[in-house]
Amino acid sequence: MKVGIAVSRDFPQEQTKVALRSEAQVKPVPVELTRRYDVLVVGGGNAALCAAISARRSGASVLVLEGAPKFYRGGNTRHTRNMRCAHDAATEILTGPYTEEEFWEDLLRVTGGQTDEELARFMIRESKEILNWIVEQGVRWQPSLGGTLSLGRTNSFFLGGGRAMLNALYLTAERLGVDVLYDAEVVDLDIRDGMFHSATVAYGGQRHEVHAASLVAAAGGFEANIEWLKQYWGDIAENFLIRGTPYNRGSVLKMLLDKGVQKIGDPTQCHAVAIDARAPKFDGGIITRLDCVVFGIVVNKNAERFYDEGEDIWPKRYAIWGRLVAAQPDQIAYIIFDAPSLEMFMPSLYPPIKADSIAELAGKLGLDPQALETTVETFNGAVRPGTFDHTILDDCRTEGLTPPKSHWARPIRNAPFYAYPVRPGITFTYLGTRVNKEARMIMADGRLAANMFAAGEIMAGNVLGKGYAAGIGMTIGSVFGRVAGREAAKNACN
Amino acid sequence: MHATKALEEADRLMTVCNSCRYCEGLCAVFPAMELRRAFTDGDLNYLANLCHSCGACYTDCQFSPPHEFNVNVPQTLAKVRNDSYKLYVWPRTLAPLFERNGLAISLIAALSVGIFFFGLMAFNDPAVMFGVQTGPGAFYRIMSHNAMAGVFGAAFFYAIAALIMGFRMFWRDIGETRETLTNGVSVWQAMKDTMALRYLDGGGPGCFNEDERPTDRRRLYHHMTFYGFFLCLAATSTATLYHYLLGMEAPYPWYDLPVILGTFGGIGLVVGPAGLIWAKLKRDPALRDENGRSMEMAFVVMLFLVSVTGLLLLILRATPAMGTMLALHMGFVFGFFMTMPYSKFVHGIYRFGALVRYAKERRALHEPTPSKAKALSIPDAKAGA
Repeated sequence: MKVGIAVSRDFPQEQTKVALRSEAQVKPVPVELTRRYDVLVVGGGNAALCAAISARRSGASVLVLEGAPKFYRGGNTRHTRNMRCAHDAATEILTGPYTEEEFWEDLLRVTGGQTDEELARFMIRESKEILNWIVEQGVRWQPSLGGTLSLGRTNSFFLGGGRAMLNALYLTAERLGVDVLYDAEVVDLDIRDGMFHSATVAYGGQRHEVHAASLVAAAGGFEANIEWLKQYWGDIAENFLIRGTPYNRGSVLKMLLDKGVQKIGDPTQCHAVAIDARAPKFDGGIITRLDCVVFGIVVNKNAERFYDEGEDIWPKRYAIWGRLVAAQPDQIAYIIFDAPSLEMFMPSLYPPIKADSIAELAGKLGLDPQALETTVETFNGAVRPGTFDHTILDDCRTEGLTPPKSHWARPIRNAPFYAYPVRPGITFTYLGTRVNKEARMIMADGRLAANMFAAGEIMAGNVLGKGYAAGIGMTIGSVFGRVAGREAAKNACN
Repeated sequence: MHATKALEEADRLMTVCNSCRYCEGLCAVFPAMELRRAFTDGDLNYLANLCHSCGACYTDCQFSPPHEFNVNVPQTLAKVRNDSYKLYVWPRTLAPLFERNGLAISLIAALSVGIFFFGLMAFNDPAVMFGVQTGPGAFYRIMSHNAMAGVFGAAFFYAIAALIMGFRMFWRDIGETRETLTNGVSVWQAMKDTMALRYLDGGGPGCFNEDERPTDRRRLYHHMTFYGFFLCLAATSTATLYHYLLGMEAPYPWYDLPVILGTFGGIGLVVGPAGLIWAKLKRDPALRDENGRSMEMAFVVMLFLVSVTGLLLLILRATPAMGTMLALHMGFVFGFFMTMPYSKFVHGIYRFGALVRYAKERRALHEPTPSKAKALSIPDAKAGA
């Protein structure tokens, strides 16, 4: 194994350390918490910053409360890299048009119809303007990254990635006079009868009451809250890895739902992919992904295959593997392949585990050598001859094997043999607050909230009931963030 | 395994970065990295010398410290780069000069200034050395033209020879061939990239120095230094031509070409290095190689002193201080020439070489060859996410 990449699971400890330190000494507050702001934005990612900037540009005074320390600001936006926006013609960075209708059809397909059509079509229409608006806020685009040619027409990539995008938004917000407080966790919200009055903020070991005329909740989902995940998944959630920020604990979402905001989205669902099992518990980000499933076979801890590895081209299938692995004993699986496949996919963060024989490989993985040999031999015996081409649905398949491998099936027999251990990696959750086209929250009784708005992952379930399409989370964040900020400012001034 | 800890760390980082690639649009280093799956010492030395230290990838990285992946590319490549100078130095026995470079450069400069000053005092009548000298040949009454040309010509050609030898070592280490250097298209591209400092702008917004706010100041100061240096070189060359071809002896009037070139060059070479010193003092320690500081400082301070004494010589040339200023200026210039192969000056040579190689690699990638088709057809897991 390569030196130096710590396989660490102690992120929560680090958080505790931070918490202890901040409790030990009372930090002076760098912003005026006693004043009444027009707009209070809770959260610090793309949606929150778009809301803060747009509210400020609409003339409101704005305070952003980010629960994370400055380095970790921005939630999962730090790990993003592109945004899906509709456009009618090719641009300097986009290779061709992506019409509103095509965007809508893509959304309909990935969600299987679990979307609010009016809201979704509104978002898609607004996304066209976002392409320029976000540049006006200091964000820079670049052509799609190497190995992402399939997204070159539909998705605009941030120069330098999501953290660069965030840095630009924060600089703009700062320049406009938005107040930002880090390490500022909202621990309570005073909401009565659909109206927000104040928020209680834990900052520097003290609690502060913050008043504002309107609230924008942009504090993400609850994917980093293992206890909450366990409510739906049971103890197996202990074995999940969280791909993004450890700060998305859903506390603001929970407060809103408890205080009468209507919920939307399936609480039991989350977006899960199979990632390297050696990844840290939190915040491993994009680099722990593995895209070599189609080149080999995937076995569980009993060295048995459990799903068709060649069902469809990888981008269309990779998001089902988190769930598949979650259903296996101990939530662990192993991708097994041989030498000819080694350089056919993106280089990985952790090197594959390597052995000269299948039995030796099984030993290194802690699997029964005989069982793995049998599985590989059975698989090899079922492979029919064909012409291998991983860029299309080729004719290399198995016959008489359950489950089958429908494409790209090649015998695994050329040493050295390789394996990657994989676990479910949770990207985001679908449960959220219901909103309308103004990003205004809707209460459980169907009435509109008086002064509460939501943007980003916390309301993504309105548009994205299930599934995912690359870059759509950022579209939801920017479009509804911008709208929420504008409407919250308008609301405050009335 | 790798020769040094810094190279080990660079290898680890390139493996992390190669599985991310978000920084692909920032500079030349990351596209060059993507062409490789494994990294030899030579590859890492190439990437390190290709890096302009703009800092954008550190500010933009979601895995930079305090994240446990601890990704700090600018600092690590700065360490590898600074180590690489020792590796290529000619003659090899002088490699220790890079160990405590600030001290070495200071001593050589002081010695050089001292020798010129006391040497000229010893050979000259005090009345000449500290008297007012004007008219054609004024300088040569302090030191004869032939002596000057001999001493500085020898120092200059020694420096050039040592730099060429160093470059050969670098070129061999990164695994490059003679053919690459004779490819006009690559060399011309590298010249354009050098003259524009194309990769010192973080992909557009500017470079990062003290915090997450991008600026273009370092690029500006470097341009002033770079072009100032070449204007001064042009001034000296013109004066040499005047002397030998036209028989015109220095000092020349202020409006004459060598003086105009030298004045503008000198101003650039004062303001540029001063700006770079200021930027270095303010630089975020996270971006720096602490061990390379004295080398960096020694180099810019040396440039600064060469130009300041040159300008003072121009201003004071009709006064009794001329002899002293001439001795100081010649001392610093001589010290500068002698230390060129043993100072941060070499960064420009190796970086230019790295840019030539990158120009070649980039062209190969953008030509429809089988290797390009292979590189671009790598399937992408994130395409659906």
